[in-house]
Formats: sequence, C-alpha cells, structure tokens
Amino acid sequence: MNSSNLLSIVTFTYGLAAFLYIVSWVFKKQLPGKIATWITIIAVVGNTGGIALRWIESYRLGIGHAPLSNMYESLVFFAWTIGVIYLVVEQTYKNRTIGAFATPLAFISIAYASLSPNISDRIQPLIPALKSNWLIAHVATCFIGYAAFAIAFGVSLIYLLKQRKTGDKTGLLDRLPELGFLDELTHQMVTIGFLFLTVGIITGAVWANSAWGTYWSWDPKETWSLITWFIYATLLHARMMRGWEGKKIAYLSIIGFLAVMFTYFGVNLLPGLHSYG
Amino acid sequence: MNKEKGSADFFGRLWKLFASVRLTVVILLSLAVTSGIGTIIPQNKRPDEYLNAYGEFFYKILSVFDIFDMYHSWWFQFLLLMLVINVVVCSTKRFSALRKIIFVKDPSFDVSKFRNFSNKEEFSDSRSLEDLKRIYVPIISRRFGYKRIEETDNGFCIFAEKGRWTRIGVYIVHFSVILLLIGALIGSFLGFAGSANIPEGKTINKIRLYNTGKAQALDFGIRCDSFNVKFYDSGAPSEYRSTLTILEQGKPVLTKDIIVNDPLRYKGINIFQSNYGKLSPENITLNFKNRITGISYNKKVSLGQQFDIPGNMGQFIVKGYRNSYDFGGYNLGETIIGILIPNNNGSPVNIILPMRFPFYDNMRKDDLIISVKGYDQRYYTGLQITRDPGVWVVYSGFAVMIIGCFITFFMFHQRFCIEVSKSGKNSRIMVAGTANKNKLAMQSRIKSIVKSLRK
Ligand code: HEM
Repeated sequence: MNSSNLLSIVTFTYGLAAFLYIVSWVFKKQLPGKIATWITIIAVVGNTGGIALRWIESYRLGIGHAPLSNMYESLVFFAWTIGVIYLVVEQTYKNRTIGAFATPLAFISIAYASLSPNISDRIQPLIPALKSNWLIAHVATCFIGYAAFAIAFGVSLIYLLKQRKTGDKTGLLDRLPELGFLDELTHQMVTIGFLFLTVGIITGAVWANSAWGTYWSWDPKETWSLITWFIYATLLHARMMRGWEGKKIAYLSIIGFLAVMFTYFGVNLLPGLHSYG
Repeated sequence: MNKEKGSADFFGRLWKLFASVRLTVVILLSLAVTSGIGTIIPQNKRPDEYLNAYGEFFYKILSVFDIFDMYHSWWFQFLLLMLVINVVVCSTKRFSALRKIIFVKDPSFDVSKFRNFSNKEEFSDSRSLEDLKRIYVPIISRRFGYKRIEETDNGFCIFAEKGRWTRIGVYIVHFSVILLLIGALIGSFLGFAGSANIPEGKTINKIRLYNTGKAQALDFGIRCDSFNVKFYDSGAPSEYRSTLTILEQGKPVLTKDIIVNDPLRYKGINIFQSNYGKLSPENITLNFKNRITGISYNKKVSLGQQFDIPGNMGQFIVKGYRNSYDFGGYNLGETIIGILIPNNNGSPVNIILPMRFPFYDNMRKDDLIISVKGYDQRYYTGLQITRDPGVWVVYSGFAVMIIGCFITFFMFHQRFCIEVSKSGKNSRIMVAGTANKNKLAMQSRIKSIVKSLRK
C-alpha cells in the first residue's frame, strides 16, 4: 500500500465520521456520535500514517523531504490539523455537535486533495527555493493556524444558526451548544489561530530573508496572509468594544476564514512569485 | 486664555481619539481592505503597461493616488503611522492604570464577590476548621504565587492568585509592533536592495538598485568564478550554485559557494543567488556541408567574425547570438544568427542556426548546409544584493511578538477564593475563581483545585 492509497481510505473515513456526527446531531442519538469520535480518531491515525509513509517514500525515491511541499501535501496536512484540533476540543468540552461542523472541513480538504484533477499526488523533488529547513516550520505553523481558524469558522456558523432561533420546531438548534460557550470557543480558536498565523508569517519572513534578502516584499501571498492577520487582529480588538459581541464577531471570524481560503487558493489567480500554492 | 483652553481641549480630544480601540478597529480594517489593492493591480510596472491596461483617464486617476506603488504611498504609510500612534497612546494610557493592578503589594479581595461567581464548586468535609486550615494552606501555597488568609465570621477564607504579571502580555505585543516599525524604518533609510549580473570570470563592484535604478558602489569586488545549474531527470531545476570570491583592493579575501537559501554575508552585505542566464558563447564551432559532394568542414569562429567558408563556398559573418528564437510561435531556443555571402555575387542570405536543431538549415534547400557543431556554454549569475541594518530590530520584534502573543493568549491572571465555614458538625467549603480571560477553562481549573483539596 502506498501513501496515496492510504490517504484515499482516510478521505472516506473522514467522510464517514462527518456523516455520523451529523446523524447524531439531527436524530438526537448518542451512539452514532460516539462511533464518530472513534472513526475520527482512526482517520487522524491513518492521516498521520499517510503523511509519515509519504515522507519515507520520498526518501526511497532519493528526493527525501518533508511532505509539506505542494498543494496536495498541504491539503492533507490541513485535514490532519483540523482533525487533531477538533479531537482536542471535543475531549476538552465534551461536546459532539461541533463535530458536525468541523469534521466536514477536514473531509473537504483531503477529498479535494485526493479527487481534484488539478492537484497531482506525485511526489516531486524540491525546487531550489524550497530547499530550506524553514519550509517545515513555515508551512506547519501556517496550517495549524489555518486549522484553528477553520474550526472557529465552523463554530461561528453554529453561532449564527443558533441565534436565529425563530420558528425552530425540530429542536435541532436547541441541541447546539449555548451561545456564550460558542462565542468563547470562537475566541479561543481565533487566539490559537492568531498565534500560529503570526509565527507562520514570521517564519516566512525569516525564510524570505535568508533566501533572497528581504523579509517582506509585498508579494500577493504575503500580502494576503497579512490581510488575514489584520482581520483577526480586528476581531480580537473588536471584542473589547461594547456592542461588538456574538454576532458581529462570528461574521468577522467567517470573513477571516474566507481571507484564509483566498490566501491559500485565490492568490494563485493573481500575478505573483510565491513558489507554490 | 480662551484660545489656550480651546487647544488643550483639542489635544485632549485627539488623545482620546488615539486612545480608543474603535480607532484601532477602523485602522486595522482599512489596512486589510487597502492592502488588497496592490495584489489586484500589479505594482511597479512601466507606465506604458499601465496606459495600455487602464487607458489614459484611469491611469491618471490611479497615479494621483500612487496606486501603482501603493505600499510606499503617502496614504498607506499614513495608515501605518496612525496605527503606531494609536498603539502607543492606547498602551501608555492603559498601562498607567494597569500598573496599579500589577504592582500592588496586597491585592484586594472581596469574598462576597466570589460567592456570586457562576464558576464555583461547593462540598463539605467532616474535619474541623483548624485541621482543614493546616492541610489546605500548604496545598494552596504550592499552586499559587500569592495567598492570603483571612478570618471570617464562622470560618476562614484563603485568597490565592497567580499570573498577575501576565497582564502585561498585550503591552509586550504592542511594543513589538513598534519594534517592527523602527526596524523597517532603519532598513528603508540605511539599507538598500539591488541586483547584479556577473559573467563567469568577471568582477563587479557596483550594483543596480531596484527602487531608483541607480548604481550603488560597493567597497569591495565580487567575482563570479563559476556558475552551475543542475536539473532533475524531470527537467526541473535542482540547484543553482555560484562560486563567488570577494576581492579587497583586487586581492581575493574570501571564496564561497552560494545556492538559493544559503547566501554569502560579508561586511553587513548579503549576496543571494537569485537567477542566472546564458551568455553569448565566445567560441562557436560551425559545420559547413556540401550537399552534392558530401564533404563537410568544421570551423571554430567567434562572434562578429567574417571569414571565408572552407572549400571556397563563399563568406560567412557570425552576426549574433540569441537566447531564444521564435519560429511560427515555437521557441527554437538558443540560436546563432549569421549572414551568408555567396561566391557568385548573389545577394546575402540571413541564416538561422538553432543550437538544438542541427538540420534546420536543410530547409533552405541550398547546396550548402550550415549547422552549429558546438560552442562553449557560458553563464552569468544573477545576484540579489542587499544591506539592511534594521533586520535585527525587526527580528527582535518578531521574537517579542511571539512571546507576547503566547503570554497574552495562554497565560492568565487567575484569582481564587477558598472559603471554609462551619456548617453544623461539618465544614462547608466553597471554591470560586475568576480569570481575566479564557473563562471556558475556569470550571476545569476549579475542579482540579477541588480535587486536590478533597481527601
Ligand atoms: C498591529 C497592531 C496590533 C496588534 C498585533 C495587537 C495585538 C493585540 C493582541 C494580540 C491583543 C490581545 C487580545 C486578546 O486578549 O484577545 C491586544 C489587546 C489590546 N489591544 Fe492591541 N494590537 C495592535 C494594535 C493596537 C492598537 C493600535 C491599539 C490602540 C488602541 C490596541 C489596543 C489594544 C487594547 C486596549 C487591548 C486590550 C488590552 C487588555 O485586555 O487590557 N491594539 N492587542
């Protein structure tokens, strides 16, 4: 079995977990939720194995490098970080409804990596610009940050759903966590994301300085990561202003995550020189 | 008198404006929105490219606002300056209030407040008040930096807190923003960035600056001893390597190979591998073949040379060398351009000799077939050369920002109250607590304290 096959299986495992979390929430059943937790754990373990295997395979090919060097690998890692952070959140707060909104994101990420015809899962040798120890630090921190933002995004969606309330006879919204809890959790995820995004931008800057002598050159990818950072800094400060709670913070968190997505995918549509997507 | 009051009023209002977080939110959002412009409209291109793309009218409007170099425009720099003034004023103002919280000897506690917190747990214990006091005090001392015991009407109360100092975390973050700005300013006033192309074997001591296009002299020379590029089997580049020698007054003092990600640093100047290119070859071996006789000759020539073709087939001029040559939309790659002057007073013919396609000249259907047999491939290395004395200030700003964010987000000022009171035969214990942030985790911290207190 090679890493691509293993990761394809992991894709469906995440899909199954997401499905069970949603079933558990919609039909108010405990059992599917419990199974979903175990399936998510299996998916994360498989995901870890897939990444490790790919790392080993790259060495067998004689072009050994950490599997964080292209779109496919970063999406697989993104799914992994979402899975891990979500499991920690679930264990900490003993709440499974968030799973119905978080695990689909992990699933989408890895499914997009595995299934999109535009994304090659071939292990490729590193181009000269990527041959640096900063690669791992930079990509890993960025994606841990992105994953925390992704979960904050999911939680913010729950918040906005829940606070609408009107005319809900199914009790679906009642089963979602309390608004106050969701608001705090969004903030907590955003702080984790902000710390890691900060470290990610900084390691990127240090890397740029060691590779071509300028720590900042306003290339589109850099600029969009800074825009993302400004948006979340806005969110952190807006929380201190009266009148900016709950709903507005949830909107900011959603806008922030859209900026994350644009930094990740959209920037490739713009003219620029960042080495990969 | 009135006027003075008016201006004091004005400065007071200004101070208030800059001390507000509302302004921060406005500035941060403005920065987020405006930064995007420069990613949609390409920056620092030639005016004619913009004229083509946007037309005269929009070109004029956009240039008025420096949109084509927006990150250095007055208004963008103004926004950054506002952010920094905002952060300085705001931090100064709040920090003076915070000093009173951080540097007090005996912080004030109020039991009744703690009783009303939602984050609390209660349990009872059969041991006496005195026993419990003896047991609890060391446990609490171990967990907290500060504690105080107070007697109450029917028992006692332990106040404990830790992490009071972590409240300065935000100020550390804000300070780092200022460091970054100072570092960037030092870099932009005292630093430079430019490029130089050095042919193999040649030495330069001037570079061309990016922003002005002017030359900047270096007080040493850089010689490119050799340049090599390696490829993977797939054709993708695997390594660009230049061997460089630093010359002081013409004497070599240092030789180092640089590759991308491993620059040469000398006297505060950084020399980076950034690109490369092929130079026109010095020596070219041409092959002249007579289609009828089948006889062919090789001749070693150089660029610009005019010579008699061996076998009395006319004269040839090597006119030039091109890195690429377009043939009906297809790039033929490196190409030698020449002129053939036939013997029979015929008119000169332009000859195209792509290095990679030796049979190209067959297409002329002439008796004489010319091709490139070989040439010495020479490269120039493209270096990026920068000097930035502010970079260490920026780097310390980075470190301070990470530390500050960590303190701010993951360390808290926690305050607890453990109230023990007599309740019939038993003792009744209440543990309540509060933190300046991350209130979600409070419940579990209280649980953990309760666990350590229970038998
Ligand atoms: C790029 C610039 C800035 C960054 C990176 C930054 C960062 C931060 C961070 C990370 C926090 C902690 C938020 C939290 O606890 O969730 C914070 C809090 C704060 N910031 Fe900023 N900030 C910036 C600019 C400013 C400015 C310009 C002001 C001016 C008013 C300001 C005022 C505050 C205040 C008042 C707090 C709350 C402090 C407290 O909790 O007592 N910040 N800032």
